[in-house]
Amino acid sequence: MNRGLLGIEELSRTEIEQILSRARDFQPPPHQPFKRFDVLRGKSVVNVFFEASTRTRTSFEIAARRLGAETISITASGSSVSKGESLVDTLNTLGAMRPDAIVMRHAASGAPHFLSRYLPIPIINAGDGTHEHPTQALLDARTILDRTSSIEGLRVAIIGDIAHSRVARSNIHLLSKFGASIVLCGPAPLLPREMSSIATGIELTNDMRKAIINADVIMMLRVQLERQHEASFPAGEYFQFFGLRPEHVQLAKPNVIVMHPGPINRGREISSEVADSQRSAILNQVENGIAVRMAVLERVLAA
Amino acid sequence: MNKLVVKNGRVIDPSQNIDCVCDVAVEEGIVQHVGPEINATGCDVFDASGLVVAPGFIDIHVHLREPGFEHSETVETGARAAAAGGFTSVCCMPNTKPVNDNATVTSYIVERARRNAIVNVYPIGAITKSSAGEELSAIASMKAAGIVAISDDGKPVMNSRVIRRAMEVARSLDLPMIQHCEDLHLSAGGDMHEGQLSTRLGLRGIPRASEDVMVARDILLAEVTGVRYHVAHLSSKNSVQMVAYAKAKGLPVTAEVSPHHFVLADSDMLPYDSNYKMKPPLRDTSDVAAVTEGLVNGTIDAIATDHAPHPGDEKMQEFERCPFGILGLETALGLSLESLYHNQKITLPHLVALFTQNPARVLSLDRGTLKPGAPADITVFGLNHNWTYDVNRSASKSRNTPFHGYKFRGGPVATIVAGKIVWQAG
Repeated sequence: MNRGLLGIEELSRTEIEQILSRARDFQPPPHQPFKRFDVLRGKSVVNVFFEASTRTRTSFEIAARRLGAETISITASGSSVSKGESLVDTLNTLGAMRPDAIVMRHAASGAPHFLSRYLPIPIINAGDGTHEHPTQALLDARTILDRTSSIEGLRVAIIGDIAHSRVARSNIHLLSKFGASIVLCGPAPLLPREMSSIATGIELTNDMRKAIINADVIMMLRVQLERQHEASFPAGEYFQFFGLRPEHVQLAKPNVIVMHPGPINRGREISSEVADSQRSAILNQVENGIAVRMAVLERVLAA
Repeated sequence: MNKLVVKNGRVIDPSQNIDCVCDVAVEEGIVQHVGPEINATGCDVFDASGLVVAPGFIDIHVHLREPGFEHSETVETGARAAAAGGFTSVCCMPNTKPVNDNATVTSYIVERARRNAIVNVYPIGAITKSSAGEELSAIASMKAAGIVAISDDGKPVMNSRVIRRAMEVARSLDLPMIQHCEDLHLSAGGDMHEGQLSTRLGLRGIPRASEDVMVARDILLAEVTGVRYHVAHLSSKNSVQMVAYAKAKGLPVTAEVSPHHFVLADSDMLPYDSNYKMKPPLRDTSDVAAVTEGLVNGTIDAIATDHAPHPGDEKMQEFERCPFGILGLETALGLSLESLYHNQKITLPHLVALFTQNPARVLSLDRGTLKPGAPADITVFGLNHNWTYDVNRSASKSRNTPFHGYKFRGGPVATIVAGKIVWQAG
């Protein structure tokens, strides 16, 4: 009944392939303006962001508009949430206004899953706590597939604060479904051993060089100080041991793709030389975000 | 009429090694006699044919929320839920507002129970003032006012020196100490059992070790102090082993388990549904097997519900914001019959002992028996009738349970307190 998009974990490989393939139709050709589509004319999408976000929210807004839908964004600081209204009441209120879909970001893991049991309106998860960020994984996969023909068999290193990363979890599920081999790397307190069993094809290491050797893709994660509840790793040593620098990139395959979900902290998890290099796909990721979100919105809304 | 004969039931009283079809005669709220073919002329009769007749069940771990949280539960509603679950006595934890850390609060609870409760209510006093873990509370005067044990349930005493002093005081007063074992530094921020599932769901974990280290510490200190020490709602396989170790050493250490910990594992959770959120959390299937084995082999002495009512609006939130705890009184017997008796893990007399003689012994209550002269608290239950738990018809004020809609085989039929039928299945 509630056919939203809550996470990658519950999608099949075929469903993911459908979204990725449709997203290609929405990519603007190089050096040309994007096309407008009419498939969602008359539909309305509410973006509810209980947690600060610029790029994801903007990306969803643009995606909805390019499909002809109306879109409204609400952020927590300017809404009744800051007046103490509960999550259920806020969403019931929004639901009574009958939008066709709700795009939601929330600091609590599972908040959209919890709501989707009570709300008949489809919910698209734009990031829930430290759990999933499905459209990020989809746009990452689209970006990889723009540069290489298949994800199967690729060696993908995901590096940083794995424990608190919803980007990591969604990517792990997606890459695993496509048969990639995944290396997770980070400081031990931020790399729970249980991560190796949440999907197949995962290995763990605390040594960045080991993670990067022969990698086809390097995904750097932002150091999320706001999600760490204690000092898990000395901040001053982070860049030295887990910051991506040119000498690391040389250990990877020659055509390695360097990715980052943004916003990047230059000099903390990635050096400027790498971020701005030929190998960096960071801006392609942003661009693909719109195409992928268009495909997701169409899938959820165009019935 | 103050004479009652419960006729033709299968009377199971582990305290007297009774297991036979016979009658129980009650007069003026006191058990007179258990035997066959008792003449019931001039008495009220309860026909228990086909049913089990046991000493009244005792739940040594409940939260009645009064004073202070009457929107969740009151002594009156909690007692009615207890009766509906077959319990004739409950022991209520001190985490009220104000905390039951002095004789005035104890007396208030005793008085509320005397006026409003249809079952016996025994307060448990706080170990430390406001359960803050620093200064000892007024333990001796609370004992005079009626507490049967001390505990800082939910806010365990972290300071080893303070808990040692409290153990010495408890020992001198012959009061059992009950500990909710949780190293608060290790569990800080956690919402569910730390394991593969919490990692997958992006929820912070409560490691098994947070329970284990406090059980270990306290057993060592119990040996030093000689206190009668009781582990509340044990959930970890390691804790079961350590309690077994303490018992093998001859220490006066006992333990309880809550039904949800031998019925459910973390993998049974509906993800992000707060009706599965409690402390200690649902652990993995190896822990479920270990606590079940602990019940079978006698390491665990009692089943206690940790009945923890919370109102709907507090449980209808983001998982990480919801309070811990679930209802327990009305489902405990049904769950125990299903998981322990129908699954042929333990015998019926053993199951009855876990609800009667054993908890009475743990807290030195003069109940849990049908010996002549004992208070006539009697639980009558069936083994095979099918029923479905509908929490919307619960006697509790709250609705937080993962067992709504559960189909049970066997459960409470009638609850008799001091010779009076206070509840009957409708």
